Amino acid sequence: MAEFEPVLLANVGKDESWTRRVYEETGGYQAVRKVLGKIAPKDVAETVKASGLRGRGGAGFPTGLKWTFLPQNHPGPIYFCLNADESEPGTFNNRVLMEDDPHQVLEGMMISCYATNCKTAYYFMRCEYPLAYKRTLNAIKECYAAGYLGKNIFGSDYSLDIFLHRGAGAYICGEETGLIESLEGKRAWPRIKPPFPAVEGAFRKPTVVNNVETAACVKHIFDRGVDWFKSIGVPPDPNNPRDAGSYGPKLYCLSGHINKPGCYEAPLGITVTDLIEKYGGGIWKGRKAKACIPGGISMGILKADEFHCPLDFNGPGKFGCLGLGTAAVVVMDETVQMVDYLMNSARFFSHESCGQCTPCREGTSWATKLLTRIKAGKGRLKDLDLLAEIGDTIGIMPGTTICGLADGAAWPLKNTLKKYRGELEEYIKRTNPDGWANTEPVRALQLLSIH
Amino acid sequence: MAERILTDEMIAEINEFVSRYPSKQAATVPALHIVNEKLRCVPRQAVVEIAQILELHPSQVQDTLTFYGYFKQDKPGGNCRVWVCRSIACALRGADELLEHMEHKLHVKAGETTADGRISLEYAECLGACEHAPCILAGDDLHKSVSQEQADKLMAGIK
Repeated sequence: MAEFEPVLLANVGKDESWTRRVYEETGGYQAVRKVLGKIAPKDVAETVKASGLRGRGGAGFPTGLKWTFLPQNHPGPIYFCLNADESEPGTFNNRVLMEDDPHQVLEGMMISCYATNCKTAYYFMRCEYPLAYKRTLNAIKECYAAGYLGKNIFGSDYSLDIFLHRGAGAYICGEETGLIESLEGKRAWPRIKPPFPAVEGAFRKPTVVNNVETAACVKHIFDRGVDWFKSIGVPPDPNNPRDAGSYGPKLYCLSGHINKPGCYEAPLGITVTDLIEKYGGGIWKGRKAKACIPGGISMGILKADEFHCPLDFNGPGKFGCLGLGTAAVVVMDETVQMVDYLMNSARFFSHESCGQCTPCREGTSWATKLLTRIKAGKGRLKDLDLLAEIGDTIGIMPGTTICGLADGAAWPLKNTLKKYRGELEEYIKRTNPDGWANTEPVRALQLLSIH
Repeated sequence: MAERILTDEMIAEINEFVSRYPSKQAATVPALHIVNEKLRCVPRQAVVEIAQILELHPSQVQDTLTFYGYFKQDKPGGNCRVWVCRSIACALRGADELLEHMEHKLHVKAGETTADGRISLEYAECLGACEHAPCILAGDDLHKSVSQEQADKLMAGIK
């Protein structure tokens, strides 16, 4: 097999890689020139569909297919929202792209907008990324100055405006309908689907919401062709009719107890072990790995003996996790206590729940309270059953919540209780040997400094 | 009638955003950012004035404002907002201890502003800089792999 050549991160590390000059010197804005006015928008979408590109934001929905859900011959306007609100703990691949190669993202956006007949695009970026904001804003200005944005871009008869929109810090804005509500100036409360955004999205018009890395991939599909894209990754599993295959390069974010944390580009399907050894330089301080999160905290957890798990869209699912998610691998060494990890993830989700649906709002904060009690050495074994019950009842599967946040909150609970129940029981017995006698009512506990 | 808070420049800036969206309401978050940047909070009077510009009811702007923890209303925050990330990747590398150390040094709890008005100490759920854990965002500057000693220097350097 040929040596894998990174393309998404090819410019990262170069001097002034974020400028149009460097981007064009390295072949930038050639793909968009090949497409605009030369290939019909419908065929551009077909090409992306044929490439098998799946959205890199977390859900892994086929991008080309998503575009075809737009109503045919709609009089417009059709909006395009770039989801640059990654807030999943462990995830920072979009930040790297936006800080170090913003033009790559913009070029992918231009092609995507052209394919979907969209003339106004909103670049929705979280406010915690001041440097990415600055560089993207500058890149957009450079594009307007060069005639790459605005009226009749690249001399074609296609016009496109991209507006950078800054969020205000809320994980839920990464959910596509939450993002749309926030863009419209409201609280980011996800909408009940259907109607899906493709039919009725931003400002009640058909809308495409794509992730930053997805847009970057679109650019490379037109630079290098569908065959190149399909030659990377893993084909569909013949035994799983729901597996659409996982093609293309992927950015993996490696963090936690690792020698060389960072954002690395590798083919979809690389195993956790390979990622840690080949890219991450092994576990820090010569310790042993205990577990890892395969794709952001909402995906669940892998034990050290499951590190042969391939990181493609269907790999982590085979090991009892929710999925690949954002491919953010957070490694934990042998010193980590699972109760701390659980507490951290529960706290995150209870803080970030938008509060719209009762199972999520109450369930996440209840889990946090229970874990606070357990952590404080006042837990009882029955609390683990309660946690398991919360994990089973707050998720989206029974259709009791509008969006997937509750499901994301449930997976770490379900997964950890299944894989590490013994350790959690041990912790409770050790820290609260008297059991019932030493337990306080859970309602009396305050959430830790939530304001 | 309370005195006007929004300056002509702020209003002009907000109006510039209005032209980007098909609905005036969409300029709400940008407007809140504009006011927050200048005043380090968004007072109630500013909410009323933003609502006027965007042809909304003040409660609609207030509703949006309160959803995003980023905006504070009651009193101006410190000169510099210092966010300490406490998400799992940072926590694994000592973020909770770092935040505790800083709370102790600054004599404030996360969410509060120091008595001298220099620093508003806050925690962030995830700063998206997990490869540099534990990390701190001070104003617009990201500080990477921050030790307690480096945090001391950072805090001392903020005017």
